Amino acid sequence: MYAQMVKSTGEGVKSLDEMEPQERAFQERINADVKIEPKDWMPEGYRKTLVRQISQHAHSEIVGQLPEGNWITRAPTLERKMILLAKVQDEAGHGLYLYCAAETLGVSRDEMTEQLLSGKAKYSSIFNYPTLTWADIGAIGWLVDGAAIMNQVPLQRCSYGPYSRAMIRICKEESFHQRQGYDIMMKLVKGTPEQKEMAQDAINRWWWPSLMMFGPSDTDSVHSAQSMAWGIKQNSNDELRQKFVDQTVPQADYLGLKVPDPDLRWNEERGSYDFGEVDWNEFYEVLKGNGPCNAERMAARRKAWDDGAWFREGLMAHARKKETRIMAAE
Amino acid sequence: MSNEWPLWEVFVRGQHGLAHRHVGSLHAPDVKLALNNARDVYTRRNEGVSIWVVKSTDITASAPGDKEPLFEPSNAKVYRHPSFFDIPDEVGHM
Repeated sequence: MYAQMVKSTGEGVKSLDEMEPQERAFQERINADVKIEPKDWMPEGYRKTLVRQISQHAHSEIVGQLPEGNWITRAPTLERKMILLAKVQDEAGHGLYLYCAAETLGVSRDEMTEQLLSGKAKYSSIFNYPTLTWADIGAIGWLVDGAAIMNQVPLQRCSYGPYSRAMIRICKEESFHQRQGYDIMMKLVKGTPEQKEMAQDAINRWWWPSLMMFGPSDTDSVHSAQSMAWGIKQNSNDELRQKFVDQTVPQADYLGLKVPDPDLRWNEERGSYDFGEVDWNEFYEVLKGNGPCNAERMAARRKAWDDGAWFREGLMAHARKKETRIMAAE
Repeated sequence: MSNEWPLWEVFVRGQHGLAHRHVGSLHAPDVKLALNNARDVYTRRNEGVSIWVVKSTDITASAPGDKEPLFEPSNAKVYRHPSFFDIPDEVGHM
């Protein structure tokens, strides 16, 4: 998912009887599937959890442009280049929809940017892996965007109106991303043996990090339980991961690519694939900042922010000057 | 003074003659750039034929707490809906 391990209150879920009337009315609205809107009363924990989740999600969209941006100038054809450019532009748009949704909760855009740049706010672990070959662009669209869609579709029903509406827009656009990735993979597996090998190498490197996107097993997590009670989250991490595996393995079969998991096999009884355990040590290391590209990604974001400061300030100064002149003329 | 660009609300009118609809918000230093940014952020797939941008601070919104006094009275006036009146079938379409 684009938001992993979002903390909530950590206090466990209250029953309706334990709640004060205001909170109880709030919870009953959520239970009745009525959306919560920016000016409505909400518990502080609900607001904070949403700010964490939505900003983490937004940061992921923005940082997610970096690994793909790496290949814009090196795309194999002009058409592929234009498509990739459009896709990366979409990611920027998705980040902007989400920042706006978070801002309705009383946090400013600059505050969120500062939290990302100081390392206080996180982004998805997946974007800390390098894009070494053109096949990685295919694997990202197919697997990473595929996993993101799996998570984002239920978020369209999130209890918070602005987040839900942003997710509806994003989901509409996301399916293009996955298809363009799969299209790249199809082309490669039909190519020379070296090109097919390149596609296999990409799935070898991206398969496990894609499964990590759903976050650790959350059966025991108080944060997940609270997020579910608040209607911020609809499905457990394991449930979505299983769905992703079930959907993706036949797609890999079609490509003639091998999923790099020796424990993967069809379970007739469950009607699902059994699969191996994710290396959670690697996941926690990447989240802590020790992934292959964490430092590079953050350095790129900081440089963009610092180098753009004069431009942002200049445009603002110009706008103020114009406004003063208009007022003086009136 | 803060150098954060002000927030604008964006409204887009789609192809089919419907009214402008709120689609989201964005930051921009002035009106011109707000319109440019709105085009890039909210109409990448031919979603509109016209854009309005309004500074968010210029919008006055009703308070959620006023929902009952504002909207409850209309609930009592069911006769405003045509289905309130029974017209005999013999009369035909009305």
